[in-house]
Amino acid sequence: MSEAAVHVDELRKVFDVPEREGGLRAAAKGLVRRRMRKVEAVAGVSFDIEPGEIVGFLGPNGAGKTTTLKMLSGLLYPTDGEALVLGHVPSKREKDFLRRITLVMGNRNQLQWDLPALDSFELNRAIYRIPREDFVRTRDELIELLEVGDLVRKPVRQLSLGERMKVEIVGSLLHQPGVLFLDEPTIGLDVTMQKRIRTFVAEYNRRHGATVLLTSHYMADVQALCKRVIVIHHGNILFDGPLAGLADQFAAYKTINVALENGHVDLDRYGEVVHRDGDWVAIRVPKVETSRVAAQLLADQSVLDLTIEDPPIEDVIELVFAQERAE
Amino acid sequence: MTTHVETVPLREAGRLRSMVDLYLTTMRLAVQQQFQYRTANYFWMLGMVAEPVIYLVVWTTIADQQGGSVQGLTAGYFAAYYIVWTLVRNMNIVFGAPFWEERIREGELNKDLLRPVLPLHYDIAFFAGWKVVVIVLWIPLAIGLSLVFDPVLDPRLLEIAVFAVAIWGAYLLRTMFQEALGMLCFWTTRGAAIFDLWMMTELLLSGRLVPLPLMPDWVQEISRFLPFQWAFFFPIEALVGDLSNEQLLRGLGAQLLWILIGLAIFRVAWKHAIKRYSAVGG
Repeated sequence: MSEAAVHVDELRKVFDVPEREGGLRAAAKGLVRRRMRKVEAVAGVSFDIEPGEIVGFLGPNGAGKTTTLKMLSGLLYPTDGEALVLGHVPSKREKDFLRRITLVMGNRNQLQWDLPALDSFELNRAIYRIPREDFVRTRDELIELLEVGDLVRKPVRQLSLGERMKVEIVGSLLHQPGVLFLDEPTIGLDVTMQKRIRTFVAEYNRRHGATVLLTSHYMADVQALCKRVIVIHHGNILFDGPLAGLADQFAAYKTINVALENGHVDLDRYGEVVHRDGDWVAIRVPKVETSRVAAQLLADQSVLDLTIEDPPIEDVIELVFAQERAE
Repeated sequence: MTTHVETVPLREAGRLRSMVDLYLTTMRLAVQQQFQYRTANYFWMLGMVAEPVIYLVVWTTIADQQGGSVQGLTAGYFAAYYIVWTLVRNMNIVFGAPFWEERIREGELNKDLLRPVLPLHYDIAFFAGWKVVVIVLWIPLAIGLSLVFDPVLDPRLLEIAVFAVAIWGAYLLRTMFQEALGMLCFWTTRGAAIFDLWMMTELLLSGRLVPLPLMPDWVQEISRFLPFQWAFFFPIEALVGDLSNEQLLRGLGAQLLWILIGLAIFRVAWKHAIKRYSAVGG
């Protein structure tokens, strides 16, 4: 029997959504009979996450990522299926369970708006029943790791978005959760701050062996942190495997970057020329043709250098969703 | 296949001590926050004084026209009643049902549900902290009103003690029923009409609009079997009126009973309501 930190089996969530046409007549009809539509946000997903793993949870808006995270953190009751997080059924919302997890939502503020973050941390100490010496040690460690410094003494409302996110994260981790659900933790942040948060998540994972399920629209987050990704769309899992495998499975082409003695020759017969920069030329070729085309280039041209790359992960993800739409 | 991970339980303090710690920390937080907005709070309280002053002027005028009293209640009694009213009214302001609508709609409940504590505890503690500020701000207000309206107030020690307990009993009682009523928001996004109906009934049967002895007998009889007067009329009457020791203790007993009934209704409603939560708004 494997020991997963997160176990999900055929998890499903259906929302009842009221709907009606626009206009007065429809409004009047709605008084008599309210029409409801069932919307399947998560259509029966299954996966396991091992303790200490960092997994990227990818999908476009409305794919079911946040709904899944909310079910796993006990905010939502699933319609069907099973979920276990650290051996707890999240929907039971047991105190022992809630003390061992955290959900950080990049677009939400969980701290007291009018007071310095230090006061909110104190409240979290009382809520999570953290012994004072443990609390002080963890708080100071997190403040140092995230380079928060004196920001914790300023009212939260006076902090910038990035500063607020950092103190949010400190507040969310004071109880040292073993499982972190991170929903767009870097959304809206500048590149430096995104990198800071990424480094922190990796460090927290290393120090505490925490399990992390991360959603992000920034592929840099995923590439820096996740060896494994789960791709979800329309509530269904399209891919679950190593990040590198995503391109193997979905990308139909590769890019050959070649440096030529004369970069101005016509290379259209080898594939689609997508970029030229001096003597460097990028040629997109069908995946199955890559070896043959590369060999041909080496034989036909005066090649100074040659590399073969998978397409950027953003392009692969876009391709995955495009394929799914086409089906 | 069901999978399972053994986790090491976190160290934690004793349950009762932790709960007391949670309440005190939350109350401290509320006091800090409310003192930060002390001027706004004071203006808000001053605004609230308009209502009892209108009632007071009306009843004092009627009492004067009827030879000094209305059904045995003197102008001095009305003055005392409505000055104490201002404090009890403030104690009656709790995490009300309409707040639940906002809490759900704006996704604020997500934050509360992630905590290993029932949101009810936080609400009680936070507003209790606020009440401490309210009481401090009320004292100069009461002195000012007393100088203007000349109340007749001569309470016994037991009456003062019962009043001190009863205003907190009133706070808890109203909290329980408002929180229970707030659970309707899990079934309907527009609970305002129901809340308004409840508030109107409360206004008439609690002693807020008129001291209950001035209401028709049948209204007084109905109100005995409802929670409203125990959160409003009883605490005022404990200090201003002339209740016997037995009536005072019975009043506290009634408060306790209604608090427990309100809590039971809330717990049952919460258990069902939370399954309907759709966690919108982030």
